[in-house]
Amino acid sequence: MAEQKRKIRVVVAKPGLDGHDRGAKIIARALRDAGMEVIYTGLHQTPEQIVETVLQEDAHAVGLSILSGAHMTLVPRIAKLLDEQGAEEVILVLGGTIPQDDIPELKELGVAEVFTPGSSVQEIVDYIRGAVPA
Amino acid sequence: MATPPRELTGQDTDSNDSASMPKSSRWRAERYAAKPEREALFETISGEPVEPLYTEEDLPADIDAEIGMPGEFPYTRGVYPSMYRGRLWTMRQFAGFGTAEETNERFRYLLDHGQTGLSTAFDMPSLMGHDSDHARSEGEVGREGVALDTPDDMETLFGGIDMGAVSTSMTINAPAAVMLAFYVVAAERQGVPPEQLAGTIQTDILKEYIAQKEWCFPVDPAMRLVTDMIEYCAKDMPRWHPVSISGYHIREAGSTAQQELAFTLKDGFTYVEQAIERGLDVDTFAPRLSFFFNAHIDFFEEIAKYRAARRIWARELRDTYGARDERSLLMRCHAQTAGVSLTAQQPLNNVTRTAIEALAAVLGGTQSLHTNSFDEALALPTEEAARVALRTQQVIAEETGVANTIDPLGGSYFIEALTDRMEEAAYGYFVKIDELGGMVEAIKQNYPQREIADASFTYQQEVDAGQRIVVGVNGYTEGGEGQIETLRIDPALEHKQIGRLQAVRARREGDGVERSLAALREAAAGEQNLMYPLLDCARAHASEGEIVESLQQVFGTYTETPVF
Repeated sequence: MAEQKRKIRVVVAKPGLDGHDRGAKIIARALRDAGMEVIYTGLHQTPEQIVETVLQEDAHAVGLSILSGAHMTLVPRIAKLLDEQGAEEVILVLGGTIPQDDIPELKELGVAEVFTPGSSVQEIVDYIRGAVPA
Repeated sequence: MATPPRELTGQDTDSNDSASMPKSSRWRAERYAAKPEREALFETISGEPVEPLYTEEDLPADIDAEIGMPGEFPYTRGVYPSMYRGRLWTMRQFAGFGTAEETNERFRYLLDHGQTGLSTAFDMPSLMGHDSDHARSEGEVGREGVALDTPDDMETLFGGIDMGAVSTSMTINAPAAVMLAFYVVAAERQGVPPEQLAGTIQTDILKEYIAQKEWCFPVDPAMRLVTDMIEYCAKDMPRWHPVSISGYHIREAGSTAQQELAFTLKDGFTYVEQAIERGLDVDTFAPRLSFFFNAHIDFFEEIAKYRAARRIWARELRDTYGARDERSLLMRCHAQTAGVSLTAQQPLNNVTRTAIEALAAVLGGTQSLHTNSFDEALALPTEEAARVALRTQQVIAEETGVANTIDPLGGSYFIEALTDRMEEAAYGYFVKIDELGGMVEAIKQNYPQREIADASFTYQQEVDAGQRIVVGVNGYTEGGEGQIETLRIDPALEHKQIGRLQAVRARREGDGVERSLAALREAAAGEQNLMYPLLDCARAHASEGEIVESLQQVFGTYTETPVF
């Protein structure tokens, strides 16, 4: 039997205390429907918990959803932990209410892409498919 | 549940028509079908099909009994006889950021400018029962609301404000009993007894598990705390509303209007049942239950939702729960325009959306209203954006003339038909939830959570496919690229709040806190009403985090099994 193309594995995570999970759940489901293997962490995750999940699941990408305004505290920590754990090749993407002004700094920290409100689901699916090496 | 609503019965003949077909069917076949319809989804935002025309055939057989008169059963046309002719709705804007000091300044400014009620937004750590110096609070203190850790913070929040004269709304749920205790103790220090305090605390924990997802304890002990508060308020705080049963967050999480209506009312019935099981007479607490609904963008559907909610609540309270006091039957509500309908693209368009949503809430007969600011898809509102939001309500109240008559849409073929359909849909959900063993069981089985996730995914797919147009997002996207100014919260406020908290801890003497927390744990392990030991903890200056963690030692914590 021919070996199937490697399945993309994505962790969708909600860091911090914010409970707005409509977006994260829609993205998780859309990525799953697009044939990816999706691990949704559920709510109220610490940076440590998220990075541990990424490592345990051997994920190719991790999508963070933050709508609380705490992204400049949480994202740098997650990016740093990924680096420290030797997981810097994991594609880190972010979605939520992220002011435009913060995006350059986030990208410098290692965020590959930021999806703000109004992004289409297909755009996000296509991005992850393109960013994860085949 | 009482008998579900009767079947719709069309009055199906027109004596002048030679054929026996109803006149709308004849019109539809002979006239309407002659021209093709444009390409569009003719349904509400919730997926309810909408016909090209509504006529008297769509009205309920006994319309007088179904809609009644304002202030009379079944209250479809409004809970009060005079509605906005007697008094306009309360324009209650929600505010809070930084520490209690910053928010107190804002409160005093609002009161100086004629506002009579206050509405407190708490930050995420406070909503989750964490102190500001808890590891998980970092970066979140004072960002989405005021940071409140101790009864001393509550005292600061109301410094210079007569707590016996003002009415206060507090939007907090999982640790609501703790905040109520802080409020009562802060008032005690002003010399104001609990029976004089007027206001509302949200407390609706069921919708937290369903939608908003801010919890401290597992479902069963959380429900006990709600009932403890209802019982305490029935006895000691007769002017206080211990629960605001909320559909707002259910809708924001992506539900349909029908799900919002059904899950909210079912949550309400569940609180009523638990309080009755506790031994309370329904008429001692039901008049103090109030509601909080979303005002979304599908104009007529929203109006129908409020009207159906009033009718269902009145019928169930009277016929299923045996209420005899008329005040127990009144579904009084607050409404807030839909944050979820706002777009980050072309943000000024949000002024229009909010105005239409606010108008729906007013025509739906709300008792109070919060209008969102146009910049809220981006950040907390700036002062200018918040002012435009309030002015929107004032334009509706003063300029449009809609408040001149009661329930101006009552009797509309379309509105009455939609109201009936809304009611039917709600009863359909009640039956399903009862089959699962009631709302608490349904939540444990993830039923409402899954229904909402499905509805929000379906809607997003329709938007992505271009079947639904969101102006500025997937249609009419040119222009409006410029940045608008948004509010930034000073990160230094977090350190300031941690300093305030640690100063309170340092001022406390002896083992009063430890003793009060030990007494609380002991009470939690038994069956007594926890409000009294919570008041003792507040008197001892215990912090919110200390109290919540003590209760968690007895109750445990909650982890969701997410469905998507």
